[in-house]
Amino acid sequence: MTDAPDYMREMSQRMVGGTPQSAALGFRFVSVAHARGSLEVPWREDLVGDPDTGVIAGGVVTSLLDHTCGMAMAAAAGAEPFSTATLDLRIDYMRPAAPRAGVIAEAHCYKLTRTIGFVRAEAWDVDKSDLIATAQAAFVLNRPHT
Amino acid sequence: MSDDAAQQLETFLQRVPYVRFLGMHAELAGDEMTAVLPFADHLVGNTFLPALHGGVIGAFLEMTALAQLSIAQPSARVHKTIDITIEYLRPGRALTSYARADLRKVGRRIANVHVEAWQDDRSQPFAALRGHFLLSSDS
Repeated sequence: MTDAPDYMREMSQRMVGGTPQSAALGFRFVSVAHARGSLEVPWREDLVGDPDTGVIAGGVVTSLLDHTCGMAMAAAAGAEPFSTATLDLRIDYMRPAAPRAGVIAEAHCYKLTRTIGFVRAEAWDVDKSDLIATAQAAFVLNRPHT
Repeated sequence: MSDDAAQQLETFLQRVPYVRFLGMHAELAGDEMTAVLPFADHLVGNTFLPALHGGVIGAFLEMTALAQLSIAQPSARVHKTIDITIEYLRPGRALTSYARADLRKVGRRIANVHVEAWQDDRSQPFAALRGHFLLSSDS
């Protein structure tokens, strides 16, 4: 991940710190590479979805997966300016996260056409081989000069 | 029924910390619930437009489904999301958002729920959700 180009690193920094929702949830940068991105969200009391167990809310995982998918999309789109919009996002919740555990997400834009990006993502809490959620998303890509 | 439903809803909304983080609340008219998400800066995903974060929109729709289920299927425990598909129709602008859930099927263990969200025009929804939820029982 150390060989990611500067524009990709800058894009990642912008997405993590420069997006109000990302900053409010406390997202942290994990890694970026061509067509791939990874972010994490540490556990926090006010992000709990089930007060009986202290498990982080599904909505936080939804935001993390959406954001990580957008990052993979951006890391696939190249250095030219563009904007993206999510068309749809499907999330399967395999199991709740562990109580008081943060979540890590990893996304891969496995196909990018001139206008559409197809992205898959996975989220886990402790062990990457024991997922809590998977996501599948389609994004539209707008390039101002075309 | 109505008082019970209001009580169930209030209990659900008060108990979940993440609902407070979003800043959402809900209004009940008979058995019809409307979830309300006032605009707030920390919900923004695109500062240029500005627009609500896609994840916030998804979370709002999901919480609306869970809130409606908390009225229809009261349980001391939170029902669990199995899967959701969120469709983004328009940008979520810097306005108050509303959502209503339609319980398409409530079985013994599984519920199928559709949710639609709009802002200033009910006939122009900006996002929709379809999802399956695993119903918790008190026992």
